[in-house]
Amino acid sequence: MSGAALPRALHPVAWWVWALGMAAVASSTTNPLLLGVLLAVVGYVVVARRGDAPWARSFRTYLLLGLVVVAIRVVFNALLGAGSDGHVFVVLPQVGLPSWAAGIELGGPVTAEDVLAAVYDGLRLAVLLCCVGAANTLANPKRALRSLPAALYELGVAVVVALTVAPQLVESVQRVRRARRLRGASGKGVRSVRAIAVPVLEDALARSLLLAASMDARGYGRSTDVPVLRRRATSALLLAGLLALCVGTYGLLDGTAPAAMGPAGTATGLALSAAGLRLGGRRVRRTSHRPDPWRRPEWVVAGTGVLCAAAILVVAARDPLLLHPSLDPLRWPPLPVLPLLVVVAGVLPAWAAPPPWRAPTPARPRSVAVRQEVAA
Amino acid sequence: MIRFERVSVTYPGADRPVLRDVELVVPEGELALVVGRTGAGKSTLLGAVNGLVPHFTGGLLTGRVTVDGRDTRTSRPRDLADVVGVVGQDPLAGFVTDTVEEELAYGMEQLALPPAVMRKRVEETLDLLGLAELRHAALRELSGGQQQRVALGAVLTCHPRVLVLDEPTSALDPTAAEGVLAAITRLVHDLGVTVLMAEHRLERVLHYADRLVQLRGDGTVVSGDPARVLATGGLAPPVVELGRAAGWDPLPLSVRDARRGAADLRVRLGTTAPRQTRRVRQGAPALVARGVTVRFGDLVAVREVDLDLHAGDVCALMGRNGAGKSTLLWAVQGSLRRTAGSVDVGGADPGELPPAAARARVGLVPQTPADLLYLDTVGRELAQADRESDRPSGTADALLARLLPGVDHSTHPRDLSEGQRLALVLAVQLVAGPAVVLLDEPTRGLDYEAKTRLAAVLRDLADDGRAVVVSTHDVEFVALACDRVVVLADGDVVADGPTVEVVLASPTFAPQVAKVLSPQPWLTAQDVASALALPGSGVERP
Repeated sequence: MSGAALPRALHPVAWWVWALGMAAVASSTTNPLLLGVLLAVVGYVVVARRGDAPWARSFRTYLLLGLVVVAIRVVFNALLGAGSDGHVFVVLPQVGLPSWAAGIELGGPVTAEDVLAAVYDGLRLAVLLCCVGAANTLANPKRALRSLPAALYELGVAVVVALTVAPQLVESVQRVRRARRLRGASGKGVRSVRAIAVPVLEDALARSLLLAASMDARGYGRSTDVPVLRRRATSALLLAGLLALCVGTYGLLDGTAPAAMGPAGTATGLALSAAGLRLGGRRVRRTSHRPDPWRRPEWVVAGTGVLCAAAILVVAARDPLLLHPSLDPLRWPPLPVLPLLVVVAGVLPAWAAPPPWRAPTPARPRSVAVRQEVAA
Repeated sequence: MIRFERVSVTYPGADRPVLRDVELVVPEGELALVVGRTGAGKSTLLGAVNGLVPHFTGGLLTGRVTVDGRDTRTSRPRDLADVVGVVGQDPLAGFVTDTVEEELAYGMEQLALPPAVMRKRVEETLDLLGLAELRHAALRELSGGQQQRVALGAVLTCHPRVLVLDEPTSALDPTAAEGVLAAITRLVHDLGVTVLMAEHRLERVLHYADRLVQLRGDGTVVSGDPARVLATGGLAPPVVELGRAAGWDPLPLSVRDARRGAADLRVRLGTTAPRQTRRVRQGAPALVARGVTVRFGDLVAVREVDLDLHAGDVCALMGRNGAGKSTLLWAVQGSLRRTAGSVDVGGADPGELPPAAARARVGLVPQTPADLLYLDTVGRELAQADRESDRPSGTADALLARLLPGVDHSTHPRDLSEGQRLALVLAVQLVAGPAVVLLDEPTRGLDYEAKTRLAAVLRDLADDGRAVVVSTHDVEFVALACDRVVVLADGDVVADGPTVEVVLASPTFAPQVAKVLSPQPWLTAQDVASALALPGSGVERP
């Protein structure tokens, strides 16, 4: 293991592959013990390898979001899903619904099985969310966009610009709201919407024009013009590819779909997309300052994700019940050894990835003051 | 290097051209300064150099513009990116990436330069502009001067042969502006870059210029040696005004030039002292602020500031970018919650009053006055202002007519010039009848004439018995308009006193005329001119 690696940022795509692999593992089980271990694994990697950028502090948000998902799941299940047999836990007052809503029951007895099923399911979703969150925390989102294929460059730029402009828009709204008070308005209520929207939108429009002019003047879009036919072919290939990818993903994740649908769809989709991107990328002439290298740690991290996902699929195919503990009879869920090993193996990037690179912080209290003053 | 041949530009819907039959040649390696009133076509002239006019803005351009032999008719702005670098007024609006290094590399990435070349040029540019320590810093967290230097660096990495700068220092405090201008002159000297720069505050840049391009306001252009062009009249910095008043020939362009002739002038002025129209008033203040403190998290933006404002005073609030000027104004007005401290205006604290009552005591014109405007014509804004304050209709209109006559009521507020928009918002705020008027950076984007007007307006407001506070970086405006100067640094008041005392005590804040005539306490060319016109009558007034 490259323990003595120099600090640097791992290629964002490697983090995403690993995180999506972990997400695939999460989505294939409802065993709360496995999910708990998986969450611990993902959390450990995040803590060990996150940088100090603003987005690196967002993992907690995903954890909270996960909790909310579980809670919503449980509450709805308790309210609506009553009626099955089992150990009654509590009896909620039943609400009579009009005849057209027949079949829906509000309230009534809530069974422990129901609640537990909801918790398991919610937990799966929550851990899935946290895996995506881990990728967002570990990989600089803007650099991730930069590693998009050349054909998608424009798309990436649009997203980056949107990411940059969003906070400016928030600042703009705050500024104008405060300015409204100067004219004696409270800045609240429906009537003030127009008074706030007009200056904010005018401001945003003026800014985007300035940005567009600046980008134009700095050479954005210098690439050679593309013949219409080639452009259309690119779009068609990409669209078909995405569609096939969707079908493939659905096939992979939904156990009831025909077995061949998943792999076939995914393969077709990937092939079509690759062709489309290649065709589209041919026109682009652009280079990258400090391109992210793809070296051994990247292979290890991405490989961990892929292998974990593959392993869990194999396990699931051999013994589906292993990953989905039965609720009847109610008992403590088992902790199967093989899946546990797969999940624990996902912690490898905590050592395989190079330590995160941290920007040496120059003295910057004054510059923060400027921003605060503007924001105020 | 830059050549305009019989160039006229007409925007769609305009009844007359912005530029008419412009003939202009800027040879390689020159620094050409573009001057002219607001709306005289400076931005159009600059935009035409790299083809943003008309490729991006629309409009009809006749004639021919060539840069380094390339015709803008056939080359789009993006095709000229390797020849022309453009830096605008607001660097933040033009940034595409979010850290210094990436921003410096962006243009080169578009030009498809090899990574090795990029790395080398980024390092060179970081050193050239003194940005090396900030290489990984987030662009939004930089100070204004640093941002402007990054914007400059971001176009320099492409090694352009022409730099087009549209008021690069207008948002900067004097020291930061000096830094940026020093970087620009270094480029001209060391790299032989041709620079075409527009600037309102001529006093900052005139002595660097090899050529002056003067827009006459009717679309025509006069270009030539700075001293010769200025001798024909038009907008001029204070030092030139002083030269005109003293009858010097050739006109001095820098403080250094002027000082050589100043000994003689000082003798002519003799013992005459400037008329003391400026004084710090005593008596019961209109506004008393005590211990005003504003914190944002860990940051103390304003620290226990005590401030008394007297009716009849125009007070300047100065200090570098981020010193807490805006925050203090907003906190005094009451719209920004104070962490501690009290403000008393006529027996009440505007911070504890509802917004409508607070603005009847303290009126604030924010840094972006357009934030207050949301209707589609000037007339409707004025009518709305009357309604808001329960004044008879026509009150706001009368105020605006007094501040700035001749604003067309059917104009959209967005289409007004900076000066007109400022006057409109000031009128809207004055309708409420505040005893204290605060203006946050009102001089941004104003030319000399508009600034002189603004100074007169502020004087009028003060003479009506209001207390006026202006936050500004513009020392010449302070010399012209203000009785008293308060200097903030890091949220503290570091100096507070009559303009003459505060401004003369510091080389950064001293206006040009003061630098020329020091140790005599003269602040403006107008003062000197009137003293020279009436010899012996410059008797000190109480």
